[in-house]
Amino acid sequence: MTLTTDELSFMYRNRDVLKKISISLPDSEMVSVLGPNGVGKTTLLKCLNRILRPKKGVVMVEGVDLSHLSASEVARKIGYVPQKAEAGRLTTFDAVLLGRRPHIGWDVTDKDLSVVDSILHQLKMNHLRLTYIDEMSGGELQKVFIARAIVQEPRVLLMDEPTSNLDLKNKVEILTIIRRIVNDHHITVLMSMHDLNLALWFSDRFIFLRDGRVLTQGGSDVLTPELIHDVYGVPVSMGEICGVRCVVPHIEKRLHD
Amino acid sequence: MRIVHFAQETRPTDYLQYVRKKVLWIVAGIFLIVVLFIYSISVGAIEIPPRDVVDALLGQANNQKWATIIWEIRLPQALTAIVAGFGLAVAGVAMQSILRNPLASPFTLGISSAGAFGAAFAVIILGSGKMHNSVADAVSIGNPYSTTAMAFFFCLLATAVILLISKMKGASPEAMVLTGVALTSLFSAATMVLQYLSSDTQLAAVVFWTFGDVSRANWQQLGIMTIVVAAGTIYFIANRWNYNAIDAGDETAKGLGVPVEHIRLTGMVVATLITAVIVAFLGVIGFVGLVCPHMVRRIIGDDQRYLIPGSCVMGAILLLASDTAARLVLAPYVLPVAVLTAFMGAPIFIYLIMRGYRH
Repeated sequence: MTLTTDELSFMYRNRDVLKKISISLPDSEMVSVLGPNGVGKTTLLKCLNRILRPKKGVVMVEGVDLSHLSASEVARKIGYVPQKAEAGRLTTFDAVLLGRRPHIGWDVTDKDLSVVDSILHQLKMNHLRLTYIDEMSGGELQKVFIARAIVQEPRVLLMDEPTSNLDLKNKVEILTIIRRIVNDHHITVLMSMHDLNLALWFSDRFIFLRDGRVLTQGGSDVLTPELIHDVYGVPVSMGEICGVRCVVPHIEKRLHD
Repeated sequence: MRIVHFAQETRPTDYLQYVRKKVLWIVAGIFLIVVLFIYSISVGAIEIPPRDVVDALLGQANNQKWATIIWEIRLPQALTAIVAGFGLAVAGVAMQSILRNPLASPFTLGISSAGAFGAAFAVIILGSGKMHNSVADAVSIGNPYSTTAMAFFFCLLATAVILLISKMKGASPEAMVLTGVALTSLFSAATMVLQYLSSDTQLAAVVFWTFGDVSRANWQQLGIMTIVVAAGTIYFIANRWNYNAIDAGDETAKGLGVPVEHIRLTGMVVATLITAVIVAFLGVIGFVGLVCPHMVRRIIGDDQRYLIPGSCVMGAILLLASDTAARLVLAPYVLPVAVLTAFMGAPIFIYLIMRGYRH
């Protein structure tokens, strides 16, 4: 297991947001955290890399308790792509180079430059290396932010809704890239997702949250219409289209009339 | 820890060229400062040829009278302009990052109003405002030491209040800016009360104090300013990656291991100290801290590695050029530099806004 948590709890003011979350993420897998808005998906991600300090519980990455590490040491183990990031007047290369911050001493080394350079090649973004990111589209920008997190050379990559605000083409492209990163770099990815179908197509494992607790976690076999109904309160059917499993919500007929 | 496999191990030459170009801009700026510096010392009521300026600075003056003018008056004034411009610009660029606000300047947190109140307090209540009025030195303040001390004290008081409130509110930029707005009004109102109760000469002295002027500092004050500005600049340059990370958003920065709240509070205190020293010694010099970072952003971008030193250089250029112009436009009368900074900076600034970013 790359990352495990033991009875992780978090309170916001006097409200329990996370209650005794125990999860384990295997090596080189893509894991989706699912659940309705406000259930604590983002909070969970932020507690894992100590952006938020959990009230109780332990987070271990490869057997090391993160509470014993400095912020920079944590950043060398866990990368984080937040839902929103700012795009200033920086070139792609500089924006990605920022991801080396946990490794950089006084100045940038050739190693830093080569890591950035090779990631840009891998993500086929090399032609954009001197493009200013404040002139980029949402899809390109998201790739820059993902590249930034990968050059941290983390063991675990946390992504908060990596495909929100993207069109279908970009959604599929971004998730394909993440899939390739998982395979090529043996990184474990934990991402919060809203789109059940995308999660279903790209993830190895699923963690369902309800009321701040883990309702179910496991492989694609845990995903049943009953579970989804239970979590989201919407009746759904599941079936196969072109050999791919899909989730279709039951929408009242009269809405269409 | 496992290391990522690289597709190719070559140095990205076009990127390195792009970076070198930024360094060249900064080097060109430093060169411009040197030229302006010599020009600034050479011009004035008595013209001293640039060659003799250089000779005098190297301690090989042929003309003792010129040497005295240079060492006693023009050199400290030119150096003060450079140091103050440097300091105000670095404080400005840091504040814009810390407060996540392009309108932020060294005075956003109310430092100028606090300083002005301190000066008014010294002049009106402590009675340090005995006026001299002659053609040569228009107005001056009788006891500059207590005025400086009070201005500095109230700058620090304002900083302490903001620090306290931001600590309570988790160092949020909004809390800092809003507290700054409140403090600005509070100190302005208090200054108005004092002015209302003051005599004509005291009022003139207070108003005179607020016109920032780089000729006010003596060698000792210049020394203090230089130490504070240099230490502050080193602090900001050492934290350039942290500021880049904060510019990318608080969550991104935290994900990169940056202690965001700590960096914000420390940066605010350092920027305010720099500003407080400059305001206390020279009065209020606006515009430099606000626009120099933006001028540099438009030329070399938002990367703090180059933005911080670039802004410092731009600040020194703007203030030195403004001060030189201030001594020439109405010669033999000398305008306080604060009057000229906006006149000098605003057209360039508007031009840069119209032109957009350099590609």
